[in-house]
Amino acid sequence: MFKILKYSFFDLVRSSWSYVYFFFYLLLGTTLLFLNNDLSTAVITLMNVIIMLVPLIGTIFGVMYYYNSREFTELLLAQPVKRSSIFLGQYLGVAISLSLSLVIGLGLPFVAYGLFKSPAIWDFIMLLITGLFLTLIFSALAFNIALSNENKIKGFGFAILMWLFLAVIYDGLFLLSLVYFQEYPLDKFSLVATMFNPIDLSRILILLKLDISALLSYTGAVFKEFFGTPVGAFASLGMLVVWVILPLFRISRVVKKKDF
Amino acid sequence: MKKLILFFFLFFFVSTVAAKEIIVCHECEISSIKQAVELAVSGDTIRIKKGLYKEYEIEIIGKSLTIIGEDYPVIDAEMKGTAFKIKADDFSIEGLHIKNIGTSHTSDNAAILVSRSKNFSIKNNRLSNIFFGILLERSENGIIEGNIIRSKARSQANSGNGIHVWHSKELIIEDNDVQGVRDGIYLEFANNCDIINNVCKENLRYGLHFMFSDHNRYLENLFENNGAGVAVMYSKFIEMERNLFRKNWGSASYGLLLKEINDATLKHNIFEDNTIAISADNTNRIDYLENDFISNGYAIRIRGACYKNVFRRNNFLANSFDVAYTGNINENEFSRNYWSDYTGYDLNKDGIGDVPFRPVKLFSYLVNTTPEAIILLRSMFIGLLDFSEKVSPVFTPAELVDPQPKMKKIKW
Repeated sequence: MFKILKYSFFDLVRSSWSYVYFFFYLLLGTTLLFLNNDLSTAVITLMNVIIMLVPLIGTIFGVMYYYNSREFTELLLAQPVKRSSIFLGQYLGVAISLSLSLVIGLGLPFVAYGLFKSPAIWDFIMLLITGLFLTLIFSALAFNIALSNENKIKGFGFAILMWLFLAVIYDGLFLLSLVYFQEYPLDKFSLVATMFNPIDLSRILILLKLDISALLSYTGAVFKEFFGTPVGAFASLGMLVVWVILPLFRISRVVKKKDF
Repeated sequence: MKKLILFFFLFFFVSTVAAKEIIVCHECEISSIKQAVELAVSGDTIRIKKGLYKEYEIEIIGKSLTIIGEDYPVIDAEMKGTAFKIKADDFSIEGLHIKNIGTSHTSDNAAILVSRSKNFSIKNNRLSNIFFGILLERSENGIIEGNIIRSKARSQANSGNGIHVWHSKELIIEDNDVQGVRDGIYLEFANNCDIINNVCKENLRYGLHFMFSDHNRYLENLFENNGAGVAVMYSKFIEMERNLFRKNWGSASYGLLLKEINDATLKHNIFEDNTIAISADNTNRIDYLENDFISNGYAIRIRGACYKNVFRRNNFLANSFDVAYTGNINENEFSRNYWSDYTGYDLNKDGIGDVPFRPVKLFSYLVNTTPEAIILLRSMFIGLLDFSEKVSPVFTPAELVDPQPKMKKIKW
């Protein structure tokens, strides 16, 4: 598996897309810092970008890589290598190269700006952690979709749809149900609904670091108690881990049976 | 001429002799403050040496005394009642440490109770574990300066105020430090008072509280982590300048709570990390000029019946909601503010954005009706909603715009 990981990784690192991704983050981080002149506001703006773009890029990259390396995969399948390790290796190759672009691309301008001397460092680290998780989750989901669809166009379509659903539509439905059922106690419901969407969950995790005061006052005791405590923090991080493991589990299960 | 000089000489001689000094200490001839007060006549000085004096209900009536504590002598009222009761003109109390004033539901026990007095000063005292700290009624022309007041108020019903002013005028309240009482400084029917450079922290209800008090000024105070920073209610002509409101947060917390206020000015104040920086209810003709609103939940929340308020040249930086608004526009005006959320452009480079800014978001409207919706704060869907509302307002008042938003932070 590690050999395959290595091949996919270096293949990707050499590809121009990784550089585009890397330079995009580098540019974003630098311009944000120059425009804002303030680390903490830059972190807030960056959050909006990360919540939206990281999943999208993870999804598209995952699907694209799977379809592009199809011939290489078929070649590998002819060799005496475990099937699951082929696909997991490829997946990790994609995920790690994407994560590296993210971390280095964003990290460099912030470090150059003097992050280590700023109290915003923990916010920034939280931002990177959730960014990493979102990359892992969405490239895994993308691999799942690509595995189940032979047709490229269909695969891309589904992948984009999945991103759209989790990033936008889910929140719309969520809000609709909140407004519709506003007569009922909604604290627990909204808590659970947040946990089930990795994008929402990461958003909340970062928000807790930033706008916590505003959040606390209007969500009622349930949110405060849950997200404010270590239990809440661990539960939410645990949920993110589950979001990574479940798609990976499905990948390894599907590839065992699948005909190529 | 000679007579005149002689007269002056005599006068001077008599007055220095008359103003005698009484020293109170445990080993002295006079060992209690009560005794000293009884012996003293107007113009005398009572000097209290270091030590513990278990006394209460020390009454000073009609005597202009100067009471000076050396090295903070402790006056312990043993939870039995008021420590000093004063009804006199031209007196001063300085350097005492008064403690253990008991809670009462029938009388307003205070460390220093001043009634119907004029021209007095209460300076550099320490009050601890008190019910009411300094209580003034029907008094005027006093200075309350440099007092440190500490208590451990637990519930609003069982606690008093640090500096409580009732029906008084022309007071200067300066450099005091009040922590852990119900209201740090409370003014009711108090007019023409200056409240300057005080620190009010961790009080149960308000840092500073005005009721029916007109023509007052409060400047350069710090209000931190109180139930609400300052509450100004039913008052007119209040000047609020250069104050700092910080970290007043909680589900019912405000930086500044305005209710039924007319003709006030807020200038050069800084509001930082409050749940609601300013909540305005029924306020008319208030000028908000050059204030900074930084990282608050709501910067300004207008709750209706507000007319002709002007918000000009303020900085709104990274607040979750800049403005929440209920009701009609009512001639309220926002102009030339800097909004960190502003996304417009400035083609002619005059420092003023070409596109008007709408400070009220649809989301703040939604959160007003469904508080749980706050969990969607800063999600992309909400961004889309807010954007569509910005383009064509449906729910939020269409006239509520800043037609000339500044492009850069305003320096004042």
